[in-house]
Amino acid sequence: MTRSAGARSSHRRTAATKLRDARGLVGWLFVAPALAFYAVFVLRPITLTFQYSLYEWDGIGASTWVGLANYGKVFTDPDLFDSLVNAFQLIVFFSAIPVVLGLAIAATIRRIAESRLALVARTVLFLPQVIPLVAAGIAWSWLLASTGVINQLLTLIGLGGVTRAWLGDFATALPAVGMIGAWVLLGLCTLLLLAGMSKIDPALYEAARLDGAGAWREFISITVPSLRQEIAVCVTVTVIAALASFDIIYISTQGGPGNTTMVPGLQIFYLAFAEREVGMASALAVVLMALVIACALPIQWFAKDGKR
Amino acid sequence: MITAWREAWVGRLLLVGMMAVTLLPFLSLFVTALHPSGAYPAGLAWPDDPQWGNFLRAFEAANMGELLKSSALIVLGVVPISILLGTMAGFAIGHLRVIGARVIFLLFVLGLTLPFEGVITPLYYQIRDMGLLNTRWAIILPLIGLFMPFSVFWMRAHFVNMPGELSESARMDGANVWQLFRRIHVPLAMPAISSLGILLFLWTWNQFLLAIVLVDDPTKRTMSGALGAFQGQWGTDIPLLCAGSLLILTPTLVIFLIFQRHFVKALLQGSLKG
Repeated sequence: MTRSAGARSSHRRTAATKLRDARGLVGWLFVAPALAFYAVFVLRPITLTFQYSLYEWDGIGASTWVGLANYGKVFTDPDLFDSLVNAFQLIVFFSAIPVVLGLAIAATIRRIAESRLALVARTVLFLPQVIPLVAAGIAWSWLLASTGVINQLLTLIGLGGVTRAWLGDFATALPAVGMIGAWVLLGLCTLLLLAGMSKIDPALYEAARLDGAGAWREFISITVPSLRQEIAVCVTVTVIAALASFDIIYISTQGGPGNTTMVPGLQIFYLAFAEREVGMASALAVVLMALVIACALPIQWFAKDGKR
Repeated sequence: MITAWREAWVGRLLLVGMMAVTLLPFLSLFVTALHPSGAYPAGLAWPDDPQWGNFLRAFEAANMGELLKSSALIVLGVVPISILLGTMAGFAIGHLRVIGARVIFLLFVLGLTLPFEGVITPLYYQIRDMGLLNTRWAIILPLIGLFMPFSVFWMRAHFVNMPGELSESARMDGANVWQLFRRIHVPLAMPAISSLGILLFLWTWNQFLLAIVLVDDPTKRTMSGALGAFQGQWGTDIPLLCAGSLLILTPTLVIFLIFQRHFVKALLQGSLKG
């Protein structure tokens, strides 16, 4: 008896030492490969982007130290600065429309969320998330062309006067590109919000009804506050999609007409690989990364705050 | 009663309307693809003589066979390795809680929102210096690194909720850390792993920026990158472009429809966690 008890306790002791090992060297062996890939293909390039941004370099010859001059140009050169402004304008379409419309739609279809129609809709609304953005860009370029379906529909309802090549018009190109983004993101937001609504305690709604609250009051004082976290997620995902947009614009307008739909992502691509202004491209890249973090972090804090 | 009934009908109408808007671009691609090659059809109009052969011509023009093979190879290179490395790191950070786990986790989280455009320029020179430009490795290796923040984040979220007793009893039976990982924790993590696999598959298959910057030859790119080249080449032949676009988006569509439940679940969870 005593022997087996002693054996067990020594067994336990070795197990404890092993667990301590697992927190040290052995455990680190598990982290090392992931960290290596991350360091070589993400952390190192990030550091290099910072470094390049302080030089003037054509990518081939010698580079010249220019300090923060490239950053100065990002904020003073109208072409570069406009791309940042455009990205923020795209937020209206990529974020505001899908989130607000998604909330309205989700609230309306909440009661029929389990019906067969809603299940079919779930699949259909996800399609834009599954296909390549490039394909969405091609399809929409054609829809928005001067002989496209959008103009056909407008003519049909008697608005023939406003028809135009939406993506080729200085005044409408940016909103048109924004609508493509809204199309891609609306389904995702709606479904995320709907999933969140299914977790709200129905008793809350009953109590509100008893207090005589109307549908609008219910929406403002129960639905929206309960969905704080889901709304934060939708806003984060869509804001990043707007700031870092590339695929859709590359395919549909290439930044034109003029510079009306130029965004930082595309500008970086042109600067680095067409105009051979690696330093400028890198400075813009640093600004873009900083902007994304500056937008994503407060939204996260806001969501966490509500949880506590 | 009457309001509930009306609400349900408004809801249904709204749903149908949304589905129509979602499907409109697909319908337009399809109808346009059937027009005679080189035509400039007006809006949604069913052609007098549907040219089903356009799909075949687009298949040949886009070199679809090669493209499918190339995308499959890239996915096979990226997804299994990313899953393995992400699961191992997530296990060590979330369950073993290695020394310094918090710091290392924070380091990975920093990369979660990174726009790929932020690193594409140095990545180009790095890949060039490694002699990998214009090979599939130019897409595979960076993507593994770029997917690490999400993979580690995702798997850690799973492992952090696994009870410690599970491992202690296995350790008593003399299992080493690798056996503990392989025999006990990986099987239990399968739901999280398969969701991760679906998301990584989708993100790899649809990756565009890396493909157009790092690989010139469309037949060595991802499907998405190849579609970009196809547009450049056939941009003026609208019906052919539409047929090609439809063909290129078909594989993800088919896989989505087969695994749709998993997909919807994975995508919803994926954006919630990320």
